[in-house]
Amino acid sequence: MVESKQHWKAWLYLSPAIILLLVFTVYPIVNTLYMAFANGYGMMSAAGGQKFEFGIENFKKVLEWGGFLTAMKNTLLLCILTVPISTILALLIAVILNSIGPLRRVLQTIYFLPYVTNSIAIGMVFAAMFNITGSFIGTENEIVYTSGIINNIIEFFGGTKVNWINPGSSYWANIFVLVIYIVWNALPFKILILLGGLQSVNKQYYDAAKIDGTGKFRTLTRITVPLLSPLIAYIVITGFIGGFKEYSNVVGIFGESMGPAADPGRLNTMVGYIYDNVAGKLPNNQGKAAAAALILFVIILAVTLINLWVSKKKVHY
Amino acid sequence: MAKEITVKQTNIGMLASRQKFWGVVSMTLRYVFLILVAVTVLFPFYWMIISSLKTLDEYRSAVPTFWPQTLDFKNYAEAFEVANLGRLFFNTVYVGVVSTILSIVVTILSAFAFARLEFKGKNVLFAGLLATMMIPGELFTITNYITVAKLEWLNTYIVLIVPFLVSVFYIYLLRQSFLQIPNELYLAAKVDGTSDLKYLIKVMIPLALPTIISITILKMMGAWNSYMWPRLVANDEAHTLITYGLRNAFTDASGEVDYPVQMAAVALVSIPLFLVFIFFRKYIMKGVSRSGIKG
Repeated sequence: MVESKQHWKAWLYLSPAIILLLVFTVYPIVNTLYMAFANGYGMMSAAGGQKFEFGIENFKKVLEWGGFLTAMKNTLLLCILTVPISTILALLIAVILNSIGPLRRVLQTIYFLPYVTNSIAIGMVFAAMFNITGSFIGTENEIVYTSGIINNIIEFFGGTKVNWINPGSSYWANIFVLVIYIVWNALPFKILILLGGLQSVNKQYYDAAKIDGTGKFRTLTRITVPLLSPLIAYIVITGFIGGFKEYSNVVGIFGESMGPAADPGRLNTMVGYIYDNVAGKLPNNQGKAAAAALILFVIILAVTLINLWVSKKKVHY
Repeated sequence: MAKEITVKQTNIGMLASRQKFWGVVSMTLRYVFLILVAVTVLFPFYWMIISSLKTLDEYRSAVPTFWPQTLDFKNYAEAFEVANLGRLFFNTVYVGVVSTILSIVVTILSAFAFARLEFKGKNVLFAGLLATMMIPGELFTITNYITVAKLEWLNTYIVLIVPFLVSVFYIYLLRQSFLQIPNELYLAAKVDGTSDLKYLIKVMIPLALPTIISITILKMMGAWNSYMWPRLVANDEAHTLITYGLRNAFTDASGEVDYPVQMAAVALVSIPLFLVFIFFRKYIMKGVSRSGIKG
């Protein structure tokens, strides 16, 4: 009697969440699967009463047309560059930060600051810093006012200025700026996690190493890294998951053209490609968007499983 | 004998002072490294503020200035106008506050059911919910866009508030906090004849308040920083949220860009986030270290 009353009550408490999740989470999973395998699905055509055949045409189109492959290449490249760089840098910063006394809390707070910023807004600041300011940009009678603060700094140290993001810039210059920005943005979370881990490490390991006369570097590679390995695995996995969903950092710097003004779409990412097909530049292509989203999901799942498999071998719990 | 000891002592003394010397050098190097990192982290913020206070002529001067010659606050007034920031602020705060309140209520009710009430299929349901967290959000967005278009919700406030109201992650987080409250309290309250709802409001919510505050801040920041969904479903002037509005107002890549005004607009969008961070640092860092989810 009391039991059944509790059942009824529990469902009452859960009902708002369950209803919303059914409509906006569970149904989308089913429907996205359907759209992906409905050849040439588009919401406009669907509303017009068109019927779609079952098949893998959407996947074929996605993989055959250049747009998705460019996006996949860009996303992969950014992942492979930014995840290791930011992880190693974060580890270095966390270990050194953990070894000092005064100023530690202040520095820790400063390092966390990029996390609480708007990645689009600060992307615009980075764009301004790397920009070459002038008018008639990209034309022959261009007037350059200033080469931008980053180029000013390069010239101050005797280098020559680089066209980072303006029309006519090279692909690798664009990637370089994106890597700098993404790493800058990714560090805070990684430092926070690693520092938390370091602070809970038992001091006795280090005392023992000191008595044995173990060197600093050896202590780092033989004691600190193994002890932190579960957390390192965690930030690498979340780093890859976030990296494959890269989008807003590119928009922050290049705007929705996803590339320098003369080369729109050159730096598009997989998520950017999906949005283009939902309602962006190519509307009525939801079947392709769904297929691309499923491909993204499978890639993320595969990379996560590989990471877990590797960490099972290497991580010391 | 006595001589030997003093010799040894001086040796130890020399060794100690040498060690001390290298200790100081290594400590200095560490501080130099850490301060260089701090400067790199802070520089974009500094450059944003400095540039926003410069006149266009000074910004364009060939030799950059690291402190504005004259503090020019009129960029801020202009930014407000160019980017229609007043309207964007209002929209974002409205959507942020309403969706946060509703989200907290729904989250508390569900977390309570999962933490304290017994019902058939509880564990299966909870595991199912957690499983949905693995799926990238873009997968939901495609169908949700079609759903809200069919419901004729495009360009309304509802579309910005309702579809992403429930976060499985927040339910999970709060359930964990609720579970830490000893069951004896609940049973004692039952014996006293306290109703579930009263117990939830009088005991559980106050005890789990730190988690609830963390969720509130993360949700508000999420509304402030959300870009893609608002851009897809509500891009008319009356409903645009701040991040899309900001990017859109300065997206014209051809011709001359007035960077000082743009930087002033960026600063106006960033400052509320800094204030929230300063006042709620502890809650934010705690919430983030358990989630890894931005916003």
